[in-house]
Amino acid sequence: MIKKFEFLGHTSEVKFRAYGKSVNELFESCALAVSSVLSRGMKIKEPIKKEINVYGKDKESMLYKFIEEIIYLFDADGFIVSKAKVNVEGKSLNAVFYGDESVNYKDLDAIKSPTYAEMYVKNNGKKWECQVVLDV
Amino acid sequence: MKEKVKRISEYIYELPKQDGMNVPGRIFASDKLFEKIKNDLTLQQVKNVAKLQGIVGYSIAMMDAHQGYGAPVGGVAAFDIKRGVVSPGVIGFDINCGVRLLASDLDKKDFIKKRKDVLKEIYKNVPSGVGKKSDFRISQKEIDDVLVRGVEWAIEKGFGESRDIEYCEDNGKIEGADSKKVSAKARGRGMNQLGSLGAGNHFLEIQEVEKIYDKKTAGIFGINNVGQITVMIHSGSRGLGHQVASDYMQIMEKEYGWKHLPDRQLAYAPIESPLGKDYIAAMRSAANFGFANRHLIMHQVRKSFTKYFPKCDLKLVYDVAHNIAKFEEYEINGKKKLLCVHRKGATRSLGPGRKEIPSAYRKFGSPILIPGTMGTYSYVLVGTKKAEEISFGSTAHGAGRVMSRSSASKQITPEDLSKEMREKDILLEVGSLRGAVDEAPSAYKDVNEVVRVSDELGIGKLVARLKPLGVVKG
Repeated sequence: MIKKFEFLGHTSEVKFRAYGKSVNELFESCALAVSSVLSRGMKIKEPIKKEINVYGKDKESMLYKFIEEIIYLFDADGFIVSKAKVNVEGKSLNAVFYGDESVNYKDLDAIKSPTYAEMYVKNNGKKWECQVVLDV
Repeated sequence: MKEKVKRISEYIYELPKQDGMNVPGRIFASDKLFEKIKNDLTLQQVKNVAKLQGIVGYSIAMMDAHQGYGAPVGGVAAFDIKRGVVSPGVIGFDINCGVRLLASDLDKKDFIKKRKDVLKEIYKNVPSGVGKKSDFRISQKEIDDVLVRGVEWAIEKGFGESRDIEYCEDNGKIEGADSKKVSAKARGRGMNQLGSLGAGNHFLEIQEVEKIYDKKTAGIFGINNVGQITVMIHSGSRGLGHQVASDYMQIMEKEYGWKHLPDRQLAYAPIESPLGKDYIAAMRSAANFGFANRHLIMHQVRKSFTKYFPKCDLKLVYDVAHNIAKFEEYEINGKKKLLCVHRKGATRSLGPGRKEIPSAYRKFGSPILIPGTMGTYSYVLVGTKKAEEISFGSTAHGAGRVMSRSSASKQITPEDLSKEMREKDILLEVGSLRGAVDEAPSAYKDVNEVVRVSDELGIGKLVARLKPLGVVKG
């Protein structure tokens, strides 16, 4: 099994790379990375499901909007993601997030926004890879 | 570092025009600070900002600068109104992230007996707002009022006192805000968070005045003697501001493209275009939300102090934004010119006489509030004419990070941090000790060196030094 995500050094923000065998898996790995930032690595239960759809004219903007949705659900709905099931078709992405109410956890972190800084999404043969800097 | 840099004077480095830069870059730093600044992508980002259309003078990085996204944190860029652009990435997602300072009439020797109680009370009354809802629930309709009227709204609601208004930058209410330009998504994120501190580097600190450098100016600001208790609040416009920046960055990218940009995060709109004007109106709304946010936090601080010191008076010294774009007049080639000054992690520094300064302080210069880290000093400085001449009226905004959060959490344990705070006699009330480790003093540059350079270079003169006695973090 390939590594799903890893954090890299950045002077002030959180930077990570995520991997997947398919584009769907890549986005699912990103949801795990973002969840691990918000939860500070804590296990999050999955009693709640939330579904979102985003449109991205390229994979980077799709990824930006995908992460933006996770942050919105956290700030506005008090929902913390644990994992995602993603389906990308052309320029549209559908995701079902599994997670819990954030009030059930202590010690959570916040994310201000995804950024386009140093962002890429690439497909090198069998593997998809992306890099993201989050403003925290 | 691939960028070629030349030294102009003891504290000024120049990044000459290269690779399509419209203006040179300038970095204000000592040798010691420059050694740190050149190690990450700061210079590359200074260069990228210099490539933006209509930038005037220099793309500047302050002595506390470090790599950000798009523009560096600690960056200043001024744009010509007619030819220039406004860019959310050169302001930061946290619009009107800023600092508010209160000066009490309490002395350390009285306060210290109740320090623990006051700190716990503040921790209880000021929510972090992370994963929880704030107690200040407001309606959809009321949020429009907050966005347009900022601190004025808060005072009308009974939070704070009318005398507070004149000690906020722009009276805590930037004119030209338009709440219709703020999306439902941004409102959704902000609704639950008004009056909350946030996470990351945001904090609330009780301090003592430890040293006064300039007695006269300090006195005017209400800082009278060593041992006097002060309170510093560092927070911003919360999820609302972050979403405003994110929304407009994406709309600008759609309207004006990004493939020609050195960094996709630097999407922009011409200042005078309809979209540029919309963003500025939305940014001002988010800024007003930020002022109101710090104002509500201050109200809770006053309430918490009064519980243990019923007669104490906490006077607002000043509230200043360090992530914002402002329209300000500067002299360019001998002519006064109105410019759109972007500050991203930089504090406004205006010399005596400027109309933007509260009337009680005007003869002296604008107050500059520079928070250190939870284990080091914070500083009060005063603005100068020199800053107006060389840095578009700006100086540093803090210590500036040097170590990533991931290395901080690898190198420092929560126990190390607790021990360090104990040894320095600083009480810590934190929601997350692991989160606090990310912000440990050793993850930052030396704030003493940052303000020394500001003072010697003359872009912000030292007034007083504040030492933390207690720190509250989300």
